[in-house]
Amino acid sequence: MASKLISAKEAVSHIKEGMTVLVGGFGIPGTPVHLVYALHDAGTKGLTLVKNDANEKDLGVGKLIASGQIDSLISSHIGLNSEAVAKMNSGEIKVDLYPQGILAEKLRTAGAGLIAFISDIGIDTPIADSREKITVNGVKGMIETALYGDVALVHAAVADIYGNCRFTGSAYNFNPVMAMAGRRVIVEAEEIVQPGGIHHDDIHLQSAFVDHVVKIPENAPDYGVLKHHAR
Amino acid sequence: MQDKERIAKRAAEEVSEGQVINLGIGIPTLIKKYLPDGQGILVQSENGILGMGNVCEAGTENRNLVDAGAAYVTTEKGAAFFDTITSFTMIRGGRIDITFLGTLEVSAEGDLANWTIPGKATPGIGGGMELAQKAKKVIVTTTHCSKDGSAKILPKCTMPLTAKGCVSMIITELAVIKITPDGPVLVELAEGATKEQVISKTEAELIIPEGELKRF
Repeated sequence: MASKLISAKEAVSHIKEGMTVLVGGFGIPGTPVHLVYALHDAGTKGLTLVKNDANEKDLGVGKLIASGQIDSLISSHIGLNSEAVAKMNSGEIKVDLYPQGILAEKLRTAGAGLIAFISDIGIDTPIADSREKITVNGVKGMIETALYGDVALVHAAVADIYGNCRFTGSAYNFNPVMAMAGRRVIVEAEEIVQPGGIHHDDIHLQSAFVDHVVKIPENAPDYGVLKHHAR
Repeated sequence: MQDKERIAKRAAEEVSEGQVINLGIGIPTLIKKYLPDGQGILVQSENGILGMGNVCEAGTENRNLVDAGAAYVTTEKGAAFFDTITSFTMIRGGRIDITFLGTLEVSAEGDLANWTIPGKATPGIGGGMELAQKAKKVIVTTTHCSKDGSAKILPKCTMPLTAKGCVSMIITELAVIKITPDGPVLVELAEGATKEQVISKTEAELIIPEGELKRF
């Protein structure tokens, strides 16, 4: 197999206007900040962004929201990004909010080649209003449809040049499922190794899910301990 | 003791040896420090941690390890990390013994409303709906009233629900209230609080047992 290593700039050139982009991360851990900033520099507009959260104002995907590259946001909780909340309230960005695990399961469903699944999460709440109802074995549920992305951006602790990945700490989060649901998958990694550099037992995301691998430079900004969240 | 600490300390007494618990944002995060050591109690964090420790001392943070509120945290011996699919399989699959949540409103029948104030604030849903609906036990830890003094414990919720009939206990700075099929029962009073005070600050009709109540 050939190496999948490419530059961040070349990787994000695959993201075209109007595409749906899946982005890993829960807060900064696991957010592919280097790729997101490359997409910011590329200036590609009209994007639909799928991410657990909106990071924070001018941080992570917050930069894409500030620059007006995002038309639509599919997320679980955007409360830490005041600008995303303001743009949602003004209607500048269309925002669809899902229960966190349901968002993940919609992506997994797409990644697993399925059409939809049935859930009763939120059945007694306003989120049920827009869902098709169905009763299975006497239990009332709702249909939750698969959610695909044109491109997925993933952050790994270690990747080999074939795209096998290992995650670390709470940076694991949405990354594997974003990769599974993306038609083209770009991984950024803190460390790049040769095949075999991650033991077979320790591979959390397998190379078959990955198209491109990007090395995060040593001096890349913002993927670090954020002083305002530390004691 | 400050009100929020008193709530957290009382809430910690509900946790038994070996249980898996999830702590929501706000008052619930204060519960961790009151949990007894050496009893194998595991805190699950929905962003992918089972066996979460405490907030890190300055200078010891790991950039790849935060809780669901973005604070840098430690882990305990026996901790495990996992992805979101696994985390919510744990949550929806009934592996969480107790979830402690804050709230905007809670009803006499245990309905919970804590994710949106229509026309004002809808920051998101997060993991709250799944925790409220599928944890084995839901305990609300909250100030008895809102900041503007209005009651939070109501006959019916006025705001959109998070989950219906999920709450089994409410712990406030004034009282412990159990939700039962007969209605909400006042079971304990905080030191210094009176039955009359709790009744006047609760819009739901409380069942008040005769005689002295246990204090916390």
